[in-house]
This record gives sequence, structure tokens and C-alpha cells, in this order.
Amino acid sequence: MVRPAHRRPGQSRKAQYSLFAAYVIAVTGAVAGLLLAVLSVVDPVGFAQLRIASHEVTAPVARATRSAIGSISGIDDAVSAYVGAGSQNRRLRKELAETRRQLVATSSLQEENRQLKALLKLQETDKSAIANGYLLTSTSTSSKRIALLSIGRNLGVEAGQPVRGADGLIGRVLGSGPSVSQVLLITDIDTIVPVRRARDGLPALAYGRGNGDLDVRTLNIANNPFKPGDILLTSGTGGLYPPNIPVAIVARRQNDGALARPLADPAKVDAVSVLRPYTPEDAEAQLLKSAPGAIPEVPKAP
Amino acid sequence: MNPKGPRLGEPASRWRMIGVPVASVMFASALPLMLPLVASSPVLPPLGLLFFLSWQLLRTEMWPVWIGLPLGLWDDLFSGAPIGTAVFLWTAASIAIAYLSQRIYWRGFFHDWAIGALLVAIIQALAALLTHPHAATGRVLGLVAPQIIVSVLLVPLFLRLTGKFDNFRLKRR
Repeated sequence: MVRPAHRRPGQSRKAQYSLFAAYVIAVTGAVAGLLLAVLSVVDPVGFAQLRIASHEVTAPVARATRSAIGSISGIDDAVSAYVGAGSQNRRLRKELAETRRQLVATSSLQEENRQLKALLKLQETDKSAIANGYLLTSTSTSSKRIALLSIGRNLGVEAGQPVRGADGLIGRVLGSGPSVSQVLLITDIDTIVPVRRARDGLPALAYGRGNGDLDVRTLNIANNPFKPGDILLTSGTGGLYPPNIPVAIVARRQNDGALARPLADPAKVDAVSVLRPYTPEDAEAQLLKSAPGAIPEVPKAP
Repeated sequence: MNPKGPRLGEPASRWRMIGVPVASVMFASALPLMLPLVASSPVLPPLGLLFFLSWQLLRTEMWPVWIGLPLGLWDDLFSGAPIGTAVFLWTAASIAIAYLSQRIYWRGFFHDWAIGALLVAIIQALAALLTHPHAATGRVLGLVAPQIIVSVLLVPLFLRLTGKFDNFRLKRR
């Protein structure tokens, strides 16, 4: 049983005033906090440095715990893997056989592709990474999906750069500090990635669901062309994410599109690369450099 | 202070009396960013908030009602929610607890659990809605619902933990 509080200050004027002042401060501060929250939603960049500074403080501890016990994430995956082991085994065997068949077909296509590319003298766009690091930790108590990257401005990481793992796209840099930076994952509820289907280049948009999955919607909603197993790549539309980075695999059809699972799981990925932000002008410049005179000058849109 | 050292049975030092509650909340707020856990959904309960509410339920008069301003700001730096969210919501929770402690004069364990659970649920739901103002409301609430359920079940544990810390805080020399 908790002792009742004696908030009533009695006859003392001083006590009455100080209690009243505490309430005034609390209410004023709370309203100011609400305004601040609305402000930082509208302009998240303004407060990014404050947050980065606080993450710099905890980063050494995160580095130490990471090296001490390794990544403890993926516990939920391990449990669900036991539950679905039998059906998963059957499904995987079927997929393996299917993939073998496709691999044979793809190898001949690859050779043909190489020859055609040599004919066109097209060069791959610059895909070299700025820096490599690993994901330290993340905001695991809030609905915002922000991970902490182990490198920062010391290695040239800046806000707005895309981040990928070996398996696929992870997210983009939200802000960078002296030695750590924040990465907004593609599964965050506020991120949208322009994608295309690997098979036929069908353009679509991948929306984060906030729980580790993505919602994929096509631009034309008349029919639902997705099938489970479709691979989605970045399209490069709108800049930022360079084209042809694997993003997700379609898991299930939905009423208005499909549910996809990211190919790179940030919880399991070991190392990530920070890439140069892609701009459509990059691709044009590359094209002009490789074949001068072949392509007429494109007038810039106003 | 006595130069010969503390006398037998003297109350705990002022630093410990003030420092233990504040330090426990601040450490719990920063703890998720020290663990090597890259989560794909809000999997951890809001540790800082649970300690904050437990301290207020256990020792309602210990803190002034504006204590949510500095502690909320600290939590905002680490939680990932827009800065100011916890400043607002935690202070509102302090005022709510202060009000309820006058309405419900003798609070029992289940009163504390109910108040803590209700406040955690409201704060987490509102924080998620403030963080994602453009997303569909149903989806955002569905995202934090499992976390809210876990947090509600953990409230008694945090009350006990806070009680242990309180014993340490007040331990006489």
C-alpha cells in the first residue's frame, strides 16, 4: 500500500506558491515540448545534430557489447524457424530445383548480355562504395526504424547517402556525426523506395510497413501483376538510390499490390557499404563520356 | 559533514537520495542504444518510461511535476521519436499521476498496475502517432500494440525493481 501523497501545502504561502509554480512550469514545458515535437517532425534536420551527439556517447558501449556478445538479434527468427521447419524444408527443395533450372538459362543470357554491352560500349555506373562499416544498434523501443552505423564523417559519410549490404538495400543515411551516423532503414513506415521487377522491369513503389516488411504497389492499380518470388530491384527513378540494387522478394499477394520481404536483413547483415547518392545526371554524364557524339545533347528541363 | 565519517543510522547521503531515481531512468532510456540489437519492429518495452512511471507511482511526492521535462528530453535523444514528444507526454503523465494520487487516496498494487498500464499504453500510442503523422492511424497503432501489451505485463516487474532501488536509495549507514 502506497502512502498517500500530501500535495496539499496547508497554510504556508511559500509552499502554496512553490507548488503552483511547479504546475505552471510543467504545463508550459509540456506545451513547449509538443510544439518542439511538431517542429522536429516538420524539420527533422534541425535536431539531428543534437541526437547524433547523444548517440556518440552511447556508441562506444554499443561497440563493446557488440564485440562481446555478438549480435543477439534474430531471436524471433530462430523461434519461428523451428515452428515452420517442415513446410519450409519442402518449399525450399522445390525452390532449389526451380532455381537450378533458371540458373542454366541465366548463364547463357549473361554471356549474351556481356556481348551486347560490349557492343554498346556502355559502362556500369559508378557503384564504388564511399566507405564500409557495420550496424551497431538501433532504436528498438520506438516505431521509428533508425539504425546506428559504426562510421561517420571521419570516413566521408554524409546525410542522404544510400546504404547497402551484400544482399541488398538497407536504407539511407539520416545524419552523420564525427564517428557514427544514423541510417533510416527501408522498412521504416515513412520511407518509399522506387523499385522495378527484375524479370520485366515493371515499375512499382515499395513502402515500409514498420514491422520489417514492405508493401509493394504498382503505379497502375487496375490489375495485380505480382507473384510470390518476384525479385524487386531499385529502379534509380528520382535519384538517391542507384539502380539495380536488390531490394526485396515478394512474399504474398495483397488486395492492392504485394507484401515483400527485404533481401538484406539489417539484423543479420555483417558489413554495409555507404554509396554515393545517385543522380540521374550522373547516368547521362556517364553515357556521354563513354560515347561522345553518339547521343545528342539533352536540353535540361526548366 | 562530520569529518570522522558518517554516524551509525544516519540517513543516506543527499546525492544518493536524489541521484538513484534520476540515474536509473536516464540509464534505462539510453540502454537500448547500447545493446547490439538491430530491431525490425519496436521489440523492446520503453524501459525509461517504465522506470519513470514506477518511481512516480511508488514515491509520488519525490519529484516535482515538471521532472518530465529534463528526463523526457533525455529520453527523446535516444528513443528515435521527434524531440519534444516525451517532454510533452511524460510531463502530462506526471500531472495525471499527481491528480490520481489525490483522487485515489489509498492506492494498492492493482491500482498502481492499472494506472501504469493505462499511461504506458496512451503514451506509446500517442508517441507513435506523433512520430508518423502521415501514416495510416490503424497501421501505426497495430505496430506498437505488441509492445504495449508486453509493457503492460512488465509494469509489476518494474514496480518491484524500483522498490529494490528505493531500498538502496534510503538505506541508512
